[in-house]
Amino acid sequence: MVDTWQLVVFWALFAMMGVSALRVVTSSNVVHAALYLVVTLMGAAALYVLLLAEFVAWVQVLVYVGAIIVLMLFGLMLTRAPIGKGMFDNDQRLVAAVTAGALFGVTTWIIVDAFEGQKITLSKATGIRAESIGDVIFSSFVLPFEVISMLLLAALIGAVVIARRD
Amino acid sequence: MPEGGTYFGQYVTIGIFALVGVVLVLGTLQLAKLVAPNVPDTDKYTTYESGIDPIGSGWAQSNVRYYIFALLFVVFDVEAVFLFPWAIVFERFGTQAFVEMVIFIGILAIALLYAAKKKVLEWQ
Amino acid sequence: MPITYLLILSSMLFSIGVYGVLARQNAVLILLSIELMLNAVNINLVAFSAMFGAEGVAGQVFALFIIAVAAAEVGVGLAIVILIFRNRSNVDVDEMSLMKW
Repeated sequence: MVDTWQLVVFWALFAMMGVSALRVVTSSNVVHAALYLVVTLMGAAALYVLLLAEFVAWVQVLVYVGAIIVLMLFGLMLTRAPIGKGMFDNDQRLVAAVTAGALFGVTTWIIVDAFEGQKITLSKATGIRAESIGDVIFSSFVLPFEVISMLLLAALIGAVVIARRD
Repeated sequence: MPEGGTYFGQYVTIGIFALVGVVLVLGTLQLAKLVAPNVPDTDKYTTYESGIDPIGSGWAQSNVRYYIFALLFVVFDVEAVFLFPWAIVFERFGTQAFVEMVIFIGILAIALLYAAKKKVLEWQ
Repeated sequence: MPITYLLILSSMLFSIGVYGVLARQNAVLILLSIELMLNAVNINLVAFSAMFGAEGVAGQVFALFIIAVAAAEVGVGLAIVILIFRNRSNVDVDEMSLMKW
């Protein structure tokens, strides 16, 4: 019963994320493209909830939807992108479509070949709480964790140097 | 970890609330569209500039200072995300977790000090 | 739920991101497409984490790290785009060919 509903919700999210991701790369309005990205990211967050990864789901909402998209919209405002319709595609759209299609075909073939028949048993799976994530970060992944702060420091200093008006 | 039923049951409740919220907003807007008289006119779509005809486009260049503030927000948002699991395991890990987080926050504090030193935090 | 479904969703998002990077001209839109690709990777990691159950914590930790790295990447990337805009007053990547051999 739960399994069937999970599949129904999954396919609904699949359709939603596919359509909105396509709109991100084809929309002729830059602000609409950013807002369609919000739909895709929220779909991913719902997918994480479905996969019992609650903490990652809410981090996705907090950081991606709450912060990164805001940064993107600031970037759009600062670069004076025309708000109305405009041409933002270059002339290699056909090549790009063929490349992306070929990539999708090859990866799908490899995925089906390698993982066919392997299942995620969600109803029985023990979900991962923030506690076990904290256990792992602060024992096994201490170095990457500190490196993240160095990376953020470098990003902020770089952005201040680049974007500051002298 | 909660059993499948209750875990998903709670999210179904959230989903129903979200759905009701969306339907309420969209329904009201559609209702307004149905009831309101529709007289399309290109003048209605122009930017309102205190009564005189608008010059140029409605797009204004934002100050780059806003970007620095948005970036500071992103950096400390990421920091806050790592504070949640830290707070949960803090009691068990004790000094070790404390030192790790002091280093993390210390490095990010350097970023804040740098921004303050470069006077991007001041608004002239 | 078969894991192939999730992996195919992830590869679809990644391919759409590749299309966006190749076909877009506006640098900010290219950054949006890169976000799509990073998100596809995260879906992969969380899917495998769910497959391994309680042993799959590392997958979710890596997803968190990737989200943090994405934040840093967008910060620097947009700063560069803003600088380019200030110098050339547009952000068309096709016209930034000065360093092309």
